Amino acid sequence: MSEQADGSAPALLEVEDLAVHFPITQGVFRARTVGHVYAVDGVSLTVRRGETYGLVGESGCGKSTLGRAILKLTEPTRGQVRFDGQDIAGLKGEELRRRRRRFQMVFQDPMSSLDPRQSVESLLAEGMKAHGLSQGPEVDRKRLQELVDAVGLPKGALRRYPHEFSGGQRQRIGIARALCVEPDLIVADEPVSALDVSVQAQVLNLLSRLQRELGLTYLVIAHDLAVVRHVSDRVGVMYLGGIVEEAPSTDLYADPQHPYTRALMSAVPLPDPEAEDRRERILLAGDLPSPAAPPSGCRFHTRCPWKQAERCDTERPDLRQLEGAAAGHRVACHWAEQIRDGRIRPHHVDADMVDEAANLAVGTPEHAGSVTEILGR
Amino acid sequence: MSALLEVEDLKVAFTRRGEPDTVAVDGVSFDVKPGEIVGLVGESGCGKSVTSLAVMRLLPERGNRVAGSIRMDGEDLLGLSDSAMRERRGRDLSMIFQDPLSSLNPVIPVGLQVTEVLTRHRGMKKDAARREAAELLDRVGIPDPTRRLDSYPHQMSGGMRQRALIAIALACTPRLLIADEPTTALDVTIQAQILDLLKQLVAETGTALVMITHDLGVVAGLCDRVNVLYAGRIVERADRHELFRQPRHPYTHGLLGSIPRLDGPPGEDLAAIRGSVNDNLPWASPEGGACAFMPRCPRALEVCAEVTPAAEEAGTRLLRCHNPVPVAEGAE
Repeated sequence: MSEQADGSAPALLEVEDLAVHFPITQGVFRARTVGHVYAVDGVSLTVRRGETYGLVGESGCGKSTLGRAILKLTEPTRGQVRFDGQDIAGLKGEELRRRRRRFQMVFQDPMSSLDPRQSVESLLAEGMKAHGLSQGPEVDRKRLQELVDAVGLPKGALRRYPHEFSGGQRQRIGIARALCVEPDLIVADEPVSALDVSVQAQVLNLLSRLQRELGLTYLVIAHDLAVVRHVSDRVGVMYLGGIVEEAPSTDLYADPQHPYTRALMSAVPLPDPEAEDRRERILLAGDLPSPAAPPSGCRFHTRCPWKQAERCDTERPDLRQLEGAAAGHRVACHWAEQIRDGRIRPHHVDADMVDEAANLAVGTPEHAGSVTEILGR
Repeated sequence: MSALLEVEDLKVAFTRRGEPDTVAVDGVSFDVKPGEIVGLVGESGCGKSVTSLAVMRLLPERGNRVAGSIRMDGEDLLGLSDSAMRERRGRDLSMIFQDPLSSLNPVIPVGLQVTEVLTRHRGMKKDAARREAAELLDRVGIPDPTRRLDSYPHQMSGGMRQRALIAIALACTPRLLIADEPTTALDVTIQAQILDLLKQLVAETGTALVMITHDLGVVAGLCDRVNVLYAGRIVERADRHELFRQPRHPYTHGLLGSIPRLDGPPGEDLAAIRGSVNDNLPWASPEGGACAFMPRCPRALEVCAEVTPAAEEAGTRLLRCHNPVPVAEGAE
């Protein structure tokens, strides 16, 4: 979290109505598209220079795809991504490659995102060379040594290989690799979820120290609400491909407005028995519907304890600012005011069985056995 | 009340020819009373899962040495024959694993995997077992249970699979249930459902539950007593209220400080524990002993590198530390 990130800072990243739809195809020789997985479906967000924006959501909500689409690691289906005022969604080839220097990514799994056969020095130098930042071996080595010290790796780390490091240290290498090309924006996808709690805290502290020192902008993607809220200035909560609530991180806990945020918030276990005994759980019924066949209207209406007979299942709510809420606190719910004032009471929801195989638009073939049919799935 | 399960001085070492033994569990003792929920908490590599596998006698036959005693109703499980142990497993004590997809058989319908336990241990006939299985699935909150009996694991979601696994574990109303990270692979909202279900089942059936987890938040809401493991030994044990209000071992204290709190102020630096488990000292070595946590400990003294701290019990609390965190005034 940074100090300079007030409302006045200029926007570094603007995402407008971004969508990523993955086609589901059938057939081996002539693939026919029989449906789409709506991984990201109309997301708009703004990240200001120097702030940390956190994206949180459960598995399958599209948060990682959104992160990848922003960096153009996945081709967006529609929408705009403006980085520092320039649209990058249309960039291709060499131009895109050169732009990438300014936005880097830190991946979840530090083992599989580092080449096991490259020494740390070669891993870090590769990016610098590719972007023409290399100033000869002597200068480079000195700079890399500084970088390695800055992220808290031991002496002599440059000559060693990824397998010689522990999980936390590997994540530090991943962070150093992102930093070595002097980016403005770092997209960190689940940067600490593979780490033990005690090491997780070290990496979170490192991220915030680097932000203070280097003036970085972060987009942090994670499933752990407590982690996201801790590192972020603003948090966006995602559900089935869309943002359902966006708020400054302090307001999100004090005043969650979307029913899904409330449920998510109440489900996170607190390391405090007294608070655990006191608080009231909002248990959601059933599972996340398939993104290949998202519910009509509000995506959350199938599990929402506050669902109303009108509007919820017909009209998709937009993100809007509520009256009386803090500035920048936006929610996508038709009935947010009524829920907040207690005019609508929660009711019981029956769990809908989600058939994992059958609700992909194409299920198991009727007569399994034909190789073509099985491969065509 | 006398204990249902007593684990005493359990040691598990993995052996490999030509290499020194890897001691995974190093003298762990704890007990579980009927109907009680006991937590085993620690980070990866602390020996919590190996402890549970040793209790279930599910460790591989070769390549390890198990010492100590594991008594259930006064009978040492380690001394039972394989067939006698098989009789008890599933009937008296059963286990829920972390990953429901890899612990369910992918090519057999879920219903058959539930009825298998019923016909094997309770001698039920096929039809009766099927009716009972449907009832079990219903009890763990699987909608449309009769139809679901014919589903394969891949047709169910992660949460549903975990429910099915719980149904299998509960099929014979065991008196002891061991849950090894049962919610780690699940999303938080599903985790809340499963924890709620476990709590409710324990209250209804009087089953004792050993909850193995790395998540202190899960422990805070669920367990009666908590054992904190570090490098194969229990470093602190206390009632949950006591443990969270006043953690005395520097490791427990550090662990609690490392967790970003949802209800705390955001943005402040976390009180991280320095280093990683790779820095650990051995608890005992030919030169003498040490505290394994010493290299990472902010309160380490000279004695910590020379003498293995003994486990000291005071009231309900057990503590293994030379220089514990002082009791804050007015806290206890």
